[in-house]
Amino acid sequence: MAQEKDQIPRRPDLKSERVSSSPNIPEKADVHKIDDLLDEIDSVLEENAEEFVKNYVQKGGQ
Amino acid sequence: MAVPRVIGTETEYGITIRNQPDFHPTFASALVINSYQGGRVRVRWSFDEESPERDARGISADDTGPAELDSGLINVVLSNGARLYVDHAHPEYSSPECADPRQAALYDKAGEKIVAQAVENAYQVLKPGEYLYVHKNNSDGKGNSYGYHENYLIDRELPFSDLIRYATTWLVTRQIFTGSGKIGSENERPPVQYQISQRADFFEEEVGLETTLKRPIINTRDEPHSDVSRYRRFHVIIGDANMSEIQTFVKLGTTALLLAAIEDRALPDDLALADPVSATWQLSHDISLELPLALADGSAATALELQIRYFEWLSEYAESTFPDPVWSDVISEWGAILHDLEQDVMLTADRIDWTAKLRMLSAFRRRDDLEWHDPKLALAALQYHDTDPRKGLAYRLEERGNLRRMFDDQELQLATTEPPPDTRAYFRGRCVKKYPDSLVAANWDSLVFDVGAETLKRVPMMEPLRGNHSLVGDLIDSSLDAARLLEALES
Repeated sequence: MAQEKDQIPRRPDLKSERVSSSPNIPEKADVHKIDDLLDEIDSVLEENAEEFVKNYVQKGGQ
Repeated sequence: MAVPRVIGTETEYGITIRNQPDFHPTFASALVINSYQGGRVRVRWSFDEESPERDARGISADDTGPAELDSGLINVVLSNGARLYVDHAHPEYSSPECADPRQAALYDKAGEKIVAQAVENAYQVLKPGEYLYVHKNNSDGKGNSYGYHENYLIDRELPFSDLIRYATTWLVTRQIFTGSGKIGSENERPPVQYQISQRADFFEEEVGLETTLKRPIINTRDEPHSDVSRYRRFHVIIGDANMSEIQTFVKLGTTALLLAAIEDRALPDDLALADPVSATWQLSHDISLELPLALADGSAATALELQIRYFEWLSEYAESTFPDPVWSDVISEWGAILHDLEQDVMLTADRIDWTAKLRMLSAFRRRDDLEWHDPKLALAALQYHDTDPRKGLAYRLEERGNLRRMFDDQELQLATTEPPPDTRAYFRGRCVKKYPDSLVAANWDSLVFDVGAETLKRVPMMEPLRGNHSLVGDLIDSSLDAARLLEALES
């Protein structure tokens, strides 16, 4: 297909070098940016996670 | 030229009540629906109407057996043109018909605000210590899935076989940017720590009519809710419900473009997969996006590579066919997402639920040294979808700027009460608000009025783009009551 390269910003290019990735992407990813968010999340997480998750059963749907 | 894009979404929400021993999801759903508009009594039981212990708004306080609810009666049409109702064991919000993907994403998101308001109202009925939760998700992690459906108006003349041929690979591969993310696998799929889609494990057929078992990638339901000689409603059941506004926008916009391109025969290749059903869950299980998928022609490509092919075709098609800026926004957001997924999937964590959630869970794992099966991770993954504005973790991420937004609070709030201007939902919503006492029934394609005449008056709305603001806005503004409105419509 003909392409007009300048029309769309950041158009992905099939031929570009693929950055090597591995199955542990999340561990390598830059996660420290949300570390300070974790404390806030801790303060709103439901109490007794195990019981909450165990009892979370949905009847089938579509 | 393809028919106009008309888009709507349906969300079945997960529901539970903590500390309520006789919790029944259907009653709880009815409670949510009936709480939204001031707790008016709308629910009728199909039997045992005289049980004094049973609350008409949906809570069963006694223990007289499995009461049944005629869920057809719990069916509210809202002033924004949407439908809010009980679908079996879930509260469901069907958005009004929208004429572009930005509007459709806005009204999809407004559904969260509506159910959150309903939940807040429902506390007037709940006992002390009972807590009601409504989640915008698609799986309970225990093998039960409930749907999120997209609806696209398409040309009746398009052979359905063309849809099957050209849309299947699209629906399978778009998961890399439509997934909401899930810990583990379900439905007897192989174990996995974390996967892209909540729904992928549950798809077992390529084509079919089912929606609750043997779910098909292409659903064949033929119920246009409009002029059957002109239109078809393509009912997409394979998508995840998204918390991310941008993700919903891109999901709906790109799929609408794909369908238009199929109608216009603008796709040079069907990119047919050798085994679409297996590819659906296999690519969902591969967060590195490196899995090669076998194509029917004997070659192989990753989902991302196939999406880039679609991008090349659809960006060019959209440029020449859809001049409205909303479509170039779709293309540029989509292009940026594919670009970032190619560099490092985590670059999309500010726009895409599955990577946003993965980033949060990974941070917890690192800080607290947690295994993937730790209940705290399961809770955080679930609570990401909580519609409670204070406790929903996606909202926490949004507030901190970790998840980008498209809409501001004011715009969203307005969309909970005002209909979109460009479709028949405008007429429906305005009539619901202005003539509630005369409006006996509302449906997608008609309104039925009782204005004191001998017979009820039915106003058909078979054209989804008619009944919009520019056609009937002044008429409704100037009609003091429904009788005058009907007179004006007839003249």
